[in-house]
Amino acid sequence: MFYRITRAIALFIFAALIIVPSMVVVFGSFKSDLEIYDRPLLPPIDWTLANYKRLFADSAIEQNFLNSIIVTGFSVVLTLVLASLAAFGIARMVNVTGKVLFVLFSLGLAIPAATNIIAIFQLFVQLKLNNSLTGLVLINIASTLPIAIFILTAFFRQVPSEMYEVASIDGAGPVRLYQSIALPLSKPSMGAVAIFLFVITWNDLLFPLLLITQQDKKTLPLAMLDFRGEYSISFSMIFTAVMVASVPMVIMYLLMQRTFIAGLTAGAVKG
Amino acid sequence: MLPAFFIYAALYLYPVLSNFRYALTKWDGIVEPEFVGLRNLQNLFTNDDLFLKVFGNNLEFTFLVVIFQTAFSLLFATYLIKNTRGSIALRTLYFFPTVLSSVSVAMIWLFLYDPNYGGINVVFNKIGLDAFALNWLGSETSALRAIAFTQVWFHTGQMMVVYIAGLQQIPQELFEAAQVDGASRWQQFKAVTWPMALPTTAVVMAYTTIQSFRAFDLVYAMTQGGPNNSTNIFVTLVYLTAFNEFRFGYAAMQSIILVFFILGLTALQKRILKERY
Repeated sequence: MFYRITRAIALFIFAALIIVPSMVVVFGSFKSDLEIYDRPLLPPIDWTLANYKRLFADSAIEQNFLNSIIVTGFSVVLTLVLASLAAFGIARMVNVTGKVLFVLFSLGLAIPAATNIIAIFQLFVQLKLNNSLTGLVLINIASTLPIAIFILTAFFRQVPSEMYEVASIDGAGPVRLYQSIALPLSKPSMGAVAIFLFVITWNDLLFPLLLITQQDKKTLPLAMLDFRGEYSISFSMIFTAVMVASVPMVIMYLLMQRTFIAGLTAGAVKG
Repeated sequence: MLPAFFIYAALYLYPVLSNFRYALTKWDGIVEPEFVGLRNLQNLFTNDDLFLKVFGNNLEFTFLVVIFQTAFSLLFATYLIKNTRGSIALRTLYFFPTVLSSVSVAMIWLFLYDPNYGGINVVFNKIGLDAFALNWLGSETSALRAIAFTQVWFHTGQMMVVYIAGLQQIPQELFEAAQVDGASRWQQFKAVTWPMALPTTAVVMAYTTIQSFRAFDLVYAMTQGGPNNSTNIFVTLVYLTAFNEFRFGYAAMQSIILVFFILGLTALQKRILKERY
């Protein structure tokens, strides 16, 4: 009995801790600043779209949104293609080269990108890749390749080598083996990795902050920081921006819960 | 295969190495770096109170986050281990913050922690507990803890899912045998769940530790290390030293210390793991 009551209370508190702040944001995006300060936790008295209108009129949020889509799309697709090819190669190479490459890529897992911001910044300035979406895509690829390769190599190593051998006897070359065996089999893992990459790239602040200063090149998380002014904060604008940045992700999460949870925990545990 | 390695080597491995070169210079990021040998390292350890403070902050932050995040995620995993409809719905809800961006999370909590208008203080004032209505992010004593709480809120659901996967591997017979022996829930937890879940606990703690060292986004978006550096942690220190103070060489040296610290911590955790299993 005691167990059931404490369990119910704990579950309720944590649920409330997630639902209430989320509702504050949802409600807040339909309220005036005055009402947000007056009744922070309650639904708006008059629902208004004024914040959304102002956000789209006064800020570059459409551009930021588009930049986020471009950067995330290219980063995720290119990382997946490169990582799956590399992982396939590493998994099939039982010689020294394969091992060395695997160790080198694993090194990237041990050293988080956040510790190299100075050298990365300088390199990108020298290459004139700062303030460029291409630069952002490139650093995203470079920094997410290790984890993607790590997960996919582990997967490709599980594929029984007999499957490849049989195909090789039938005269299939490496390209054919990759296309017809490795790729179709790895679909679920690729899906999980794709979601993982998608979420971390879409939400990333560090690299945009490091490389982008030009207003029209900013991605959503970076642009959102600007709403936090030096002296004043307009929470109605912030909440509306949070809605615009989060709603696509939340809808995808609700539609593909299993893949999201699998992808994000796999990425976490193996990284 | 080759293109992947080329991009990775040029844009990731090369900066790791050039970081060492920068660390030996005095450099404002604009004019040519001036070689100063190990002076940065010397200053860091003998002449830098801020570095020590940040080190302490980071340890406190990591400690708080690891303890509470692990405890809560294990607690909720044991509560929600059965695949019933209600459990699955709650798991989905608890996991939800994980898909938000750290900037969004930072903004939400920036508002909730607001001393005058924020949701937390409004509630405390309404129920007459005015004494609890602190200036959460504005005071040196509470700011770091407030961010640690946000970090736990952010990622407990994710670690809970890791735990659930681990706990579901435990053979059901062990619990049944314990029940036959008349073990209480707490005794079952102590005798079966905890020891059987140790490998998962190790994974959760290791990941949470690394995650807490990477909490740049949250700190930068919420307090930028303030007030009075009370929330400044390693990664924010490196960023602020380089991009606010324009001391790139010194910041590079700081980041190298951070790399070695993280590598050491990871190696230590791996060793402890190996000894146990």
